[in-house]
Amino acid sequence: MVISLRAIEKSFQHKQVIAPLSLEIPQGQLIGLLGPSGCGKTTLIKMIMGMMKPDNGQIYVFNKTVPHQQLLTDIGYMAQSDALYTDLTGEENLQFFAKLYRLPKKERTERVAYTAQLVRLSDDLNRKVETYSGGMKRRLSLAIALIQNPTLLLLDEPTVGIDPLLKVDIWQELLRLKNEEQKTILVTTHAMDEAEKCDQLAMLRDGQMIAYDTPQALKARYQAKDFDEVFIKAGGRTQ
Amino acid sequence: MRVGAVITRIFQQMRRDKRTLALLFVAPLMVLSLMYFIFGSDDKELTLVVSDVPTPIIQQLEQSDFHIVVQSNFSQALLKEKAYDGWLTMIDQTAKLTLLNDTPANAKALMMKLSQALQPTQATTITLKTNYIYGDAETTSFDIFSPMLIGFFVFFFVFLITGIALLKERTSGTLERLLATPIKRAEIVAGYMLGYGLFALIQTIVIVLFSIYVLDIVHVGSIWLVLLINVAVACVSLSLGALLSSFAASEFQMMQFIPLVIVPQVFFSGIFPLDTMAQWLQYLGRIMPLYYAADALNGVMYKGNSFGDIAMNLSILACFALVFIILNIISLRKYRSL
Ligand SMILES: Nc1ncnc2c1ncn2[C@@H]1O[C@H](COP(=O)(O)OP(=O)(O)OP(=O)(O)O)[C@@H](O)[C@H]1O
Ligand SMILES: [Mg+2]
Repeated sequence: MVISLRAIEKSFQHKQVIAPLSLEIPQGQLIGLLGPSGCGKTTLIKMIMGMMKPDNGQIYVFNKTVPHQQLLTDIGYMAQSDALYTDLTGEENLQFFAKLYRLPKKERTERVAYTAQLVRLSDDLNRKVETYSGGMKRRLSLAIALIQNPTLLLLDEPTVGIDPLLKVDIWQELLRLKNEEQKTILVTTHAMDEAEKCDQLAMLRDGQMIAYDTPQALKARYQAKDFDEVFIKAGGRTQ
Repeated sequence: MRVGAVITRIFQQMRRDKRTLALLFVAPLMVLSLMYFIFGSDDKELTLVVSDVPTPIIQQLEQSDFHIVVQSNFSQALLKEKAYDGWLTMIDQTAKLTLLNDTPANAKALMMKLSQALQPTQATTITLKTNYIYGDAETTSFDIFSPMLIGFFVFFFVFLITGIALLKERTSGTLERLLATPIKRAEIVAGYMLGYGLFALIQTIVIVLFSIYVLDIVHVGSIWLVLLINVAVACVSLSLGALLSSFAASEFQMMQFIPLVIVPQVFFSGIFPLDTMAQWLQYLGRIMPLYYAADALNGVMYKGNSFGDIAMNLSILACFALVFIILNIISLRKYRSL
């Protein structure tokens, strides 16, 4: 198992955000994390990343207890809100993060060029990030998450504000990374068309996992035609 | 290399931020010059009123650039009213000098000139008695507190710039993002200290050289020691600024630290005489880094102290910096425990 969560709990100011939750994610899978706003997706991702400590329970990634220094290199992380140096250019941002992973100079240049091309930013690399549009910043964040060629990707709403055409490209790339390079990918999303592309979906509600299954199985379970319906039914509105 | 990456990034950011660079290098020089002109108008012609002074001495005084007003029946009240710089009367061999002392620098210059003028030719020595209309002989002037002023400016501007830079990194989320990479907390702090430290060093050199060579601030001690003390001051304020930025949620809140942290330090750095303060106030002064900096700077620039004399002050400053650096590393635990 790449990620295993064992009965983790988290509260903020006595408000339980993650109820005891267990989850096992095998290698080479694309897992979607789904759930209404405020259900604890970001909190969960941050805890797996080791940026937040669960109140109870254990988190293992690649059989190492989180937090672990090595894991910080193995995991590529994309935060929900862009954290970029806006007074630097796109290239300087990528170079800076590449250096933090101690990539040798040649590999660094290659990875910067490769990830920039992946998110279609090659022509804008020499512009300051403060002149970027919202979608461009999002893409740069994604490029940074991929810069060190990590084996596990934690992406918190990676395609928000990205146009449908580019979204298709990005998902193609995610699927390629999974299929050809056996990477494990955990994405949170609110887009139901994206949810259907995942191998497994974990549905969260009020910090509890209400379902963990393939998209097809979930559709069958809720007798839904499309995924919006699954989401609404799982949310408990019509039941 | 990770530290290097942080340093390179800080340079790239600073290079583009012309305003901050200007604040770092031009602002302290402007304020220092302004204070210099306010407190020490050196080249002003000094007006001296003389009553009952023998003619040869008057001639002598005129030769040494005094503007002389001869007037008997003069009084302190008149001196105050006319705002002349001084009043000299002579009874036998005793000269009585009354200084207006509204501008201490002028009063000091007048005294120096007068004693020079009276000394050499006079066979029988003249005893000079001095009294003051305003203040007394201890009144400080720009010359007196300029050494601590240098330290203060280094402290203030370095504090402001690193504090705000680190705050921006916290509020924009980049600091949290940084801690999702393998960089160690100590490496972040080291990168910051070295990156901004280099700018602080250049700033320190500029301020010290400007004060000594352009403003001609009196100094007897070694300029290297002056630099060394200010580098220590920069380290303390760098680490303190970084630390306090973690208690501020916005630039505005960062500014609120100025009256809390910076202003009180000025009171204890020698502008006001310390030995007349209440005991508990004197103890309070001991927890302020600028107290030690001012003491060391005054020692070197006025008394010509050597390294040995200020070693104690320097090591206390180093301790301050060390404690703040460690607290910085600990405070980053908030984001990541590794
Ligand atoms: N630092 C914090 N302090 C207090 N409460 C927090 C904190 N972070 C998150 N929360 C609360 O935890 C809950 C879950 O937040 P989280 O960000 O994980 O939601 P989310 O599922 O990612 O939502 P969204 O889909 O809108 O991004 C919310 O109710 C939020 O108010
Ligand atoms: Mg979220």
